[in-house]
Amino acid sequence: MDRLKSFSVINAFLWLMRAAIIAVVAWGTIQTILNNTTSTRAWTDFVIFGVAQGSMYALIAIGYTLVYGVLKMINFAHSEFFMSGIFTATSAVAIPLNASGFMAEHPFITMILVSLVAIVVSVTVALLTERIAYRPLRTAPRLMALITAIGASFFWQYYFSGLLGSRAKGFPAIDALKGSVPFLGTQVLKTHILVVIVTILSLLALNFFITRTRAGMAIRAVAENKDVAALMGINVNQTISLTFVTCATMAAIAGVLYALVFQQVHFYMGFIPGIKAFTAAVLGGIGNIPGAAVGGLFLGLFESVGPSLFLQSLGIASFNQLKDVIAFTMLVLVLIFRPQGILGERLTETKA
Amino acid sequence: MSKKVFGLLGLLTVASLVLAACGPAPATEPPATEAPEAPGTEAPEAFECMDAIGCVEVAAGDPIRIASALVISGPNASLGLDSQYGVEIAIQFKGDVLGHPVELQAEDDGCNAEGGQAAGQKVVSDPSIVGVIGTSCSGAGVPMAQVISDAGYFMVSPSNTAPSLTDPDQAWRPGYLRTAHNDKVQGAAMADYAFNVLGLATAAAIHDGDPYTEGLANSFREAFEALGGTVVAFTAVNVGDTDMRPVLTSVASAEGGAPEFLFFPVFTNECVFLAIQALEVAGLENTVRAAADGCFSDTVITNLGDAEEGMWFSGPDLAYASATYEEFLVAYQENYGSEPLSVFHAHGFDAANMIFACIESTAHQNAEGDLLIGRQEMRDCLYATSGFEGITGTLTCNEFGDCADPKIAVYEIDGGEYVPVYP
Amino acid sequence: MSKQLNFDWRRTLLQGSMAGFISLNISAIGMVVLFGERYLIAGLITMGQAAFLLAPVGMAYAAAKSTLGKWRILTGLVKAAVIGLVASLFLVFLVWAERIFDLRSVLLNVSPKLISFLTFGAGADQGSFLLPAVTVTVCLLSAAAAFIPERIRKALFFGLGLTALVGLLSPILVERVRNFLGQSTVRVLFASNALQLWPGIILASAGAILYAGYGFAASRLKPASTPKSALATRMARQAPLFLLLLSLPFFLGTYLTEVTNNVGIYLLMGLGLNIVVGLAGLLDLGYVAFFAIGAYTMAVLSSTGPLGIGLSQWVASMGLHPGNAFWIAVAICVAVAAVAGVVLGIPVLKMRGDYLAIVTLGFGEIIRILALSDLMKPVLGGAQGVLQIPKPSIGSLVLLEPEKLYYVVLAAALLAAFISTRLRESRIGRSWIAIREDEDVAEAMGINLVRTKLLAFAIGAAFSGLAGAIFAPKLTSIFPHSFSLLISINVLSLIIVGGLGSIPGTVVGAIILVGLPELLREFAEFRFLMYGILLVMMMINRPEGFIPSDIIRRELRASESENPTPAT
Repeated sequence: MDRLKSFSVINAFLWLMRAAIIAVVAWGTIQTILNNTTSTRAWTDFVIFGVAQGSMYALIAIGYTLVYGVLKMINFAHSEFFMSGIFTATSAVAIPLNASGFMAEHPFITMILVSLVAIVVSVTVALLTERIAYRPLRTAPRLMALITAIGASFFWQYYFSGLLGSRAKGFPAIDALKGSVPFLGTQVLKTHILVVIVTILSLLALNFFITRTRAGMAIRAVAENKDVAALMGINVNQTISLTFVTCATMAAIAGVLYALVFQQVHFYMGFIPGIKAFTAAVLGGIGNIPGAAVGGLFLGLFESVGPSLFLQSLGIASFNQLKDVIAFTMLVLVLIFRPQGILGERLTETKA
Repeated sequence: MSKKVFGLLGLLTVASLVLAACGPAPATEPPATEAPEAPGTEAPEAFECMDAIGCVEVAAGDPIRIASALVISGPNASLGLDSQYGVEIAIQFKGDVLGHPVELQAEDDGCNAEGGQAAGQKVVSDPSIVGVIGTSCSGAGVPMAQVISDAGYFMVSPSNTAPSLTDPDQAWRPGYLRTAHNDKVQGAAMADYAFNVLGLATAAAIHDGDPYTEGLANSFREAFEALGGTVVAFTAVNVGDTDMRPVLTSVASAEGGAPEFLFFPVFTNECVFLAIQALEVAGLENTVRAAADGCFSDTVITNLGDAEEGMWFSGPDLAYASATYEEFLVAYQENYGSEPLSVFHAHGFDAANMIFACIESTAHQNAEGDLLIGRQEMRDCLYATSGFEGITGTLTCNEFGDCADPKIAVYEIDGGEYVPVYP
Repeated sequence: MSKQLNFDWRRTLLQGSMAGFISLNISAIGMVVLFGERYLIAGLITMGQAAFLLAPVGMAYAAAKSTLGKWRILTGLVKAAVIGLVASLFLVFLVWAERIFDLRSVLLNVSPKLISFLTFGAGADQGSFLLPAVTVTVCLLSAAAAFIPERIRKALFFGLGLTALVGLLSPILVERVRNFLGQSTVRVLFASNALQLWPGIILASAGAILYAGYGFAASRLKPASTPKSALATRMARQAPLFLLLLSLPFFLGTYLTEVTNNVGIYLLMGLGLNIVVGLAGLLDLGYVAFFAIGAYTMAVLSSTGPLGIGLSQWVASMGLHPGNAFWIAVAICVAVAAVAGVVLGIPVLKMRGDYLAIVTLGFGEIIRILALSDLMKPVLGGAQGVLQIPKPSIGSLVLLEPEKLYYVVLAAALLAAFISTRLRESRIGRSWIAIREDEDVAEAMGINLVRTKLLAFAIGAAFSGLAGAIFAPKLTSIFPHSFSLLISINVLSLIIVGGLGSIPGTVVGAIILVGLPELLREFAEFRFLMYGILLVMMMINRPEGFIPSDIIRRELRASESENPTPAT
């Protein structure tokens, strides 16, 4: 950090940039608050939507973070773990069962089945990817691993597009989850409540798994130092596979939640959430599990609240289009102030 | 490494050697086919290309080759595949044209400008191709129209709707035609319905940054204002957005007051979210909602649930009540194992048949069955298409290639189906 | 007995199952059907059959080749037969499953057409015997190939590979052959986009013989051809290459030149990114931003439509063709892109590795979204893009066709390659490499980190801006959707597949990852599938790229050993 101190021009530029961004944000915010065109209920809604969206980002971001912690690579194919499970489960389970009327009668059993199939497919895809594409490259430079991951991502996208079709498939709606319930003076969609609850439970389970079980400890040990872990009698290959299983399970759960909320799945659906979750993981501090959760939440909130809060009053045409601009600008801003992300970047005991 | 290079060079050498070796042998043959020996034919000079920009020669027994350039990969693949299947079925139904089978060379327009240009260059480098059915996406159509036009070919698009493509001041080039409707028609139809039928004076439009939705939203705005209405808000969401409340709230608090009519011609996902959430935003409770053909899907009907009440959809009139269409659907199911993937299959079918009709009426044929298809004659014939009966209606082309019989209907959802209510 | 024969049943069964599994998947995703419509050799073999037989054949060959011991030929053949049988049983299973269940409602591509392809048109009953019989036969043949002497085998494979390649690319070759040798030659050599049988056989045997002959000659001549060449001889050697480059459009024709131009534009970007990633080690995933900036600057400057600011009209008012505005605009585009490189480079100076990657990715997206937005619509056209960008012209000669535009691309690529080479061998190039190796050490050695990094960003951006400036008039219209993240990914992939830091490598990478998919356009979806497989296989089998730079090669060797030695 200090090594750049002497370059005052650069520093001045950076400060100018920060000041400009903060000024725009502050000015927009003050204007919005003064104009007060948006009701309190709307603000509550924004926050709730942001939390729901952020929860899904968090579940996917966990995958990026865990793999990064263990292999020090950006697993670009993670978004395909997310897609493959629910896309297959929708095509092979949900749609046929809905057509036969079974789903309407036993929505709970159907959802269990859908989740199981989604998890099994995602895990299979993840294990195959790890075994075939990543394992041979474990000692190679990280750039090679990144390219491999990009290749794997392309492969799975078009594999599933060929297998199940390139057309978007509707995920049947479940009656019990339709509609909304009153909460804090507004209406919250039942699916959103489910998303938040399932995310919290999953994260708690993951935390328990990572910190309290032997397998979780093995994952942490491998993340810390593969060679030492191997000396301690940990089977490194098995542990890395286990990491992928964990990641893929989280991604599959996120996929099921996605299908419940958005009710439409297709082979390309992983791409955008994948990029966002990756951003969230970096925002929180890559390699850091709570960081991924915090980053996901942060990103979800920024996207939801940001445009209305910052840009609405600046007279910008179609300001909602600039949602991602806000998200990425915030990312840059956070990283300029804190280059390791919000919570720092290690997968160690103290922070995990 | 040099081994690889030499390998490559070797490959080239071998290829050229083989070509050279095989070259002279057949050289003795051509005179045989070209010699006008067949008795009872016209004088040989009569069978020469008299066309202003050249001809396609199809020897007896060879197929007539047309190309398609539609989006058949990537996220929009179902749009292009749907049209391509329509063309393939047209070829299947047609059988032979003037005694020649028809061969389709399917290219991918990639739904972007680069893809359109590359596909166009590929097509025009092959002199045996008569014409192109494509592109799927308007963005691909703009550069492709230029390439195709410069090379003297023609293209008939089954799904470009951007107004600029048939505007001679913008992207139109001679040789460009389409069987899809112009966005202007659909925008105007919706504006007409809102202003004249529903009697609403203020409106808002939302698009999603896609050229199609943006174009349609814009044509609606222009048409609505031309009718004397006021557009109080014109804004956009992103593809992939789920939370539409912010944008809807800003629409509701527009300076001109909350709109009475809200038009969002976006695609299924965003469409459903806009439709449902608009009901929950303060100020929009009584606003009439409307979407366009991007929102036509079974999933929309299921997912909208009760929110379909009081909502309208504009789109091409898909009630193709013809026996041909019945057969078409059967063939589609048989060949591709599904219902039509999208809405522009019939337009592809019609585009192909328009081309066949023009080949039949303009091609010159000698007694051996050889064909000469004049490129300018084909263009003239296509632009002169008038009263052509297709599945999508009666097609008549104007001088800038708008051939569609633009039957735009306004639908509502009734009993789990889109039912046309207007006109 | 089985030990003596070195016969590992479990392994062989496993290999057979793997081959079968792969074939099953290739069939289920629709590759066989799509490829089935294309004959490699007319009337003999379709690409679809080649596709589903490839895995068992390859596996049988590998199994036979690895067989050792006294009875190795017999054992190898038995293994091949078992593999073929097991693999074909998977497909027979698919055939029967399709007959009994309604698989197609889920697996779209398991269609009656697929079944007819798999059973060679014989139907499920007879096909259940025919399919294993054919598979086993070809597996036996391939296993037998493993036992013939290496020289002959290699020559044979070369011949067959050549024939397959020519068959694969025959739609393009047809057009070229027609152009040079006339339609009658085409009819002898090709039938409906495939090789005819006899030319195919001749090509295969000619290829094999030539390869064998070349191998023989090369083994004799080798010692003579390695003296260090002086500058003059090097130039003399490069002269034919240069002539070839100049005359390329003549040989390639319109379409292939168009493809070459696309390759050239990616090559330009690749050369630029090579400086940023390959030399300076700054992982940039938002490289498309500068491409977009270059393209949009060109579009706004020179468009004759409502969005243009009138440069073309001004040039036209001087009595020149409006296309001449290109030459003024291109300099501005490069400058604007370079400035943008510095401006976007400053915030990321302190970031490393993956943080840098995601932030640059963000920049790329920000630029794209801004170009798309209604906010910038009055200037950049929003979703409808900028139309009516004139093609460049020299005086009154309009570079309308790809064949003419090619020279602009060629000049730009040569210039970029020249600058890259000179820079890499200069002091600044060594500074970049030093930064890539270790920033702290580099700084301790007196390298000005800020200036060096920003220079890398600026030059990289300038190349990309130049590519964008050529791209815009080439298309005559640009849309924000052309500047997606996939471009950045593609450029990054091509420099790594080609060989990081290596300029010839970038050329090869661009040809393989941009040119080849373009030529295989008709295979639509599966282009990306193969692209993915290629990336993975490439990284596993040849991580240093096709033509690696010396430094990277040494590094990879070093990292494999226990004690990594620092690179030079």
